[in-house]
This record gives sequence, C-alpha cells and structure tokens, in this order.
Amino acid sequence: MTIEVKNIVKKFGVFAALDNVDLKVDKGELLALLGPSGSGKTTLLRIIAGLDWPDAGEVSIDGENALARGASERNVGFVFQHYALFRHMTVFENVAFGLRVQPRAIRKDEATIRARVKELLDLVQLDWLANRYPSQLSGGQRQRIALARALAIEPRILLLDEPFGALDAKVRKELRQWLRSLHSEIHVTSIFVTHDQEEALEVANRVVVMDKGRIEQIGTPGEVYDNPATAFVHGFIGESIVLPVDVAGDAVRLDGRTLSIPALGAAPGASKLFVRRHDMAIGPAGTGALEGAIRHVRSFGPIQRAEVTLSGSEGKTVIEIDAPRDRELQAGEIVSLQPRRYRIFAAQN
Amino acid sequence: MSTQSGFVTSATELRAYAPAADPAISSLASRTASATPRLVTSPQNLRTEPGPMRFAIIALAITFLTVFVVLPLVVVFAQAFSKGLSAYFAALAEPEALAAIRLTLLIAAISVGLNLVFGVIAAWAITKFEFTGKTFLITLIDLPFSVSPVISGLVFVLLFGAQGYWGPWLQAHNVHVLFAVPGMALATLFVTFPFVARALIPLMQEQGTQEEEAAISLGASGLQTFFRVTLPNIKWGLLYGVLLCNARAMGEFGAVSVVSGHIRGETNTMPLLVEILYNEYQFVSSFAIASLLAMLALITLVVKTVLERRLDEGHMPKDDPSDH
Repeated sequence: MTIEVKNIVKKFGVFAALDNVDLKVDKGELLALLGPSGSGKTTLLRIIAGLDWPDAGEVSIDGENALARGASERNVGFVFQHYALFRHMTVFENVAFGLRVQPRAIRKDEATIRARVKELLDLVQLDWLANRYPSQLSGGQRQRIALARALAIEPRILLLDEPFGALDAKVRKELRQWLRSLHSEIHVTSIFVTHDQEEALEVANRVVVMDKGRIEQIGTPGEVYDNPATAFVHGFIGESIVLPVDVAGDAVRLDGRTLSIPALGAAPGASKLFVRRHDMAIGPAGTGALEGAIRHVRSFGPIQRAEVTLSGSEGKTVIEIDAPRDRELQAGEIVSLQPRRYRIFAAQN
Repeated sequence: MSTQSGFVTSATELRAYAPAADPAISSLASRTASATPRLVTSPQNLRTEPGPMRFAIIALAITFLTVFVVLPLVVVFAQAFSKGLSAYFAALAEPEALAAIRLTLLIAAISVGLNLVFGVIAAWAITKFEFTGKTFLITLIDLPFSVSPVISGLVFVLLFGAQGYWGPWLQAHNVHVLFAVPGMALATLFVTFPFVARALIPLMQEQGTQEEEAAISLGASGLQTFFRVTLPNIKWGLLYGVLLCNARAMGEFGAVSVVSGHIRGETNTMPLLVEILYNEYQFVSSFAIASLLAMLALITLVVKTVLERRLDEGHMPKDDPSDH
C-alpha cells in the first residue's frame, strides 16, 4: 500500500513540529524516519496513524483520503516505543484484541481468532508465552508481542515509533535483524521512527532525514551516507570532522591559509568543510592539505583513533581521525592530513 | 452537642478524610494510599535514635491511638450492648431506626452512583485531554474537602430554600428539594465528590494514554476502548474511591444536618438519628445505631487495606482470568 503526505503543517502553540512536509512511500517499502528529538518524525508518524491531526495538508493511504477517517478506521498497525500492551490481558488476549473488537458483521468466530493468534505468536516466535501477562515479559519479548498485536488486524501499513528505543543495546541489535527479516517475509509497507542513525541505515530500504520539522534528505542508506544533501545530514549521519573555512573562487581557506584542495563548486563565503573521520589520510609532515600534532592515540578493533591539534589554530582546533592500524602513530608526532573525500556547505547563521 | 456523638462524627471524618486530604493523618491511620505518593523507606534506615527514645516514640504513638481511636470504638459497642442483646436488636428494629437506615442507604446509593460517573468523567477529562482551565478544575475538585460541611449544606439552603434563588420557583412548581431526599442527596453528593476523582487522577496520570491509543489503532471504538482497556486498568482505584466515598456518604453529618429539617422517620439519616436519640437520653438506641456506623468503618478499613494491596501490585491482578 502506498502512503502519500502532502504539505503537512502541524503546530504546537508557536512551535512548528512539521513545516510543509511532503513524502511518498511506495508499496512494500521499509522506510526510516531519522532525526534528532524534536525534528517532527514522531508527529508525522502519528498523523499518518490518525493519532494526531495536521493543521494543514493531505494524507492519503492507497490513494484514499486518510484524514476523512479516524485512527480506528484506518486499518493501520501502530507499535509504540513503550509497547503499550494491555497490562490486564494475557499475551494471547493482547494479540486477539484487534480481532475481538471488530464489528459483529465481520468478526471471525472464536476458532478462527484462536488460530490466527497462534499463527502470529508463531511468527514472532513467542507462542510459549501466550498465557503470560505483559509484566512477566522482557522488553524485547514485549515489543515482539506488540508487533504481533499490530499485525493481527492485517494492517494496510505498519508504523513503528522508536520500536527499539527502550531496549538495551544487545537486544536492539537482535531485533533490528529480526524486523528486517520479518519485513521481507510479510512485505507490508512500513515506516519506523528512530533517532539512531545506525539503526536507520541498517534496517531501512530508504531513509528520510528530518530536522526542525522539515525533510532534509530522502535516499537509500548509501545515498544519505555518501552524498549528504545538507550540512545537517552530513553532521547527523556518520561521524564527521567539521572545519570552518572560507571559499573564494576555487580556493578554500582555513584560518587565513589556503588549503591545497579544490572548492568543488561551493558558493563563495563562510562555509563548513565536512570530512568523514576515516576519509582523512594521515601522511608524513609536509605532504597534505592540513598539518597537525598528534595529541593522543587510542586503538581498538581494526582502527586507531587519533586526536590531532591542527597547526596554525593556536592549539584550539582538535579533530579526531580514524586511521587503519597498519601505521604506527605516536603522541607528539607531526603529521599531514589529506581529505580523500569531503563536502563543503555554506555556513548557516 | 454531646461529646460522645461528636466523636462518632469526627471518627468517621478522620477515616474518610485520611487518604486524600491529609497525608499526616493517613500515615497514622493506615499505609499511604494511592492518592498520595508512596514513600517506601526501609525502617532500618531510620534507626538513628537511641533505644529509649525509640521506645518512647513508639509508646507515645500507641497510647495516642489507643486513647483516641480504639477506646472510643470500644465504648460505642459497650454502650450499645449495655442493656443486653435483645435491647440492642429491639433498638435497631424501631421504625424510626429502620427508616434512618433505609434513608442512609438510599442517599449513599444515589450519591455514590452519581459520583462514580462524575468522578470517572472528571478524571478522564483531566488525565486524557489538554485544555485551558484544567488546573482550575483540579483545584475545584478539592473544594468540598476544604469547605466546612456545614457551609456546603448552607449553600443548598441558599439555592433551594424558601428565601433562596430557586426556592420560590420550586415551590410554585411543587418540587421539594430542601428538607427532603433530593436536598440531602445533593449535599452528600457535593461533600463526597472528590473521593472517586482523587483516587483515579494519579492512577490514570501514571498510566497515560498509550494503551487507549493502541486500542483505537487496533480498530476499537470509544466505548470498547473504555470498557475493555481503561476500566479494567482503573478498577481497583475506582473501587477504592467508591469505598471511601460510600463511607463518607453514610457517615456525613454536617452538610446533611443543615438540609435535612430533622423530620422524624422521614429525613433523618443514621448519623442524625444518633444525635437526636442521644439528646433524648436514649443511650442504647443511640449507640446501637452508632455501632452500625462503627462496623461500617471497620469493614471499610479492611476492604481498603485489601484494595491498597491490589493497587500496590502494580495494578496487575495475576489471577484475573480472561473474561472474553
């Protein structure tokens, strides 16, 4: 099922939670809404679900005006960050809820409901917990039950609000993979909200990066990581080194010195140079665009992370660089730095 | 007013006020109720006083409770049974006593029933919606607790009395509010309004709106959401509020006294009859009815303790069978 959102505006008092947002979600997609808290991603999700109403704009699900219907009539599965399981019902009854509240005319008989719930509990691999209460389950189990409950109504679309936000790191990783494989199995159009970029890049087919109520970029995980459209996206996704530079013609200047890198067509004026930590090559002194003294080196896994104080900055500018382990780095060593890949964005006031 | 009947009233009020209005009384009378934040501190951490001091404090507390709570309760029953069992039951079988019991039950049923509905609606509005004037409404709910019951009663005299705002109109249409059941029910309704709402508001605030949102997104209607999700979640808190509301409704003296008119056999509730009989030196009859109110108090206390335990269990009845 497709979802189309047009010119959505939502204000809470004077604060614009959503500022003219457009979004199109294709059939069978697994889309991530990624952004810092306050970026409007949860509000957008709630508007699609019918749990919030926009001040202006359109929402259509499968070409049909969704705003004409309340949340209970949209047939949308919603999974909450804090599970929102019915605490006084068993796991079985939680999953059965959506089937039991159907209008009498289309409600299935008890045997069909039981079979369907059993099937869903099997799908989330928790059939052995059917008679437990939510308070007796772990966080990961609760979230899987919440998902089974949302799927019980055979939703046209599935919306997940920070589904792994309340879980610890290890369980979160497991559930991510599990969600991805579940999605490839049932293929329902899904949107999930997250502030965790790693989660968005790892799980989603497409990522929507949001900030301050606006969409900054929409693209595949590779696109948003490799070709960030804005300074915000570059800074938010992946670890970046950010240096304040001046662009004049094709020259890039840092602290008054011209760097030996082209401006790549960036507009003249105060700008920001973005380089990924691992895209900064370390070489012997005098061979690169930048130079600095290594202040500190930490090694873990396949990389070593060096803190480098840039020369000419009076010791004020310290950047962190990820380098492979094959080159021995010493604290106090003077090295040159050469950005392999970089982007220059106009500085925002 | 005599001291004895005075204490019956005040004992009732102490119990009824305890959890909601005055945390100091409530911690004396029983464990902290759900309406006030629970402070669970291990007693070990508080053992900072030397032994004799500790003993003195405990002894003082026990003496105080014995003199002011246990002793009066014993006296009520002692007086009630002073002329033997048959005199006790004869006193209760008096037509006037039976009428008072019936009237008390009727007024309690009306006011508790209405407060149950209004209390749930008020708590629902306050905890599930945002609107202007909400803080004012929360303050307003507590008004009956902060106003003397006598004044609560007088308000209704001012409204419905012969010289009141609506009195002449009501008289012209032959509607009796004052010195009749409607007025007494109204006064009781006013005085007992806060109990249900106050028991529910903290509970519903803690539970939030997510389960309701989940139910609605699963296709449940508003009524289905209320009866299948909200109500089961608040049922123990609701029962708790109803229990205290009922205790106060049956024991209310001041407000009802003002609007009752004391028509014998017609507008006397049990607390009112206790005072009248006492003033007429009918001690056995007076204390026999007082003993019924005291028993209500004891039963309330036991049920309250059970309910508080339920509420403490994280609102999670484990033995609750699926009822669908």
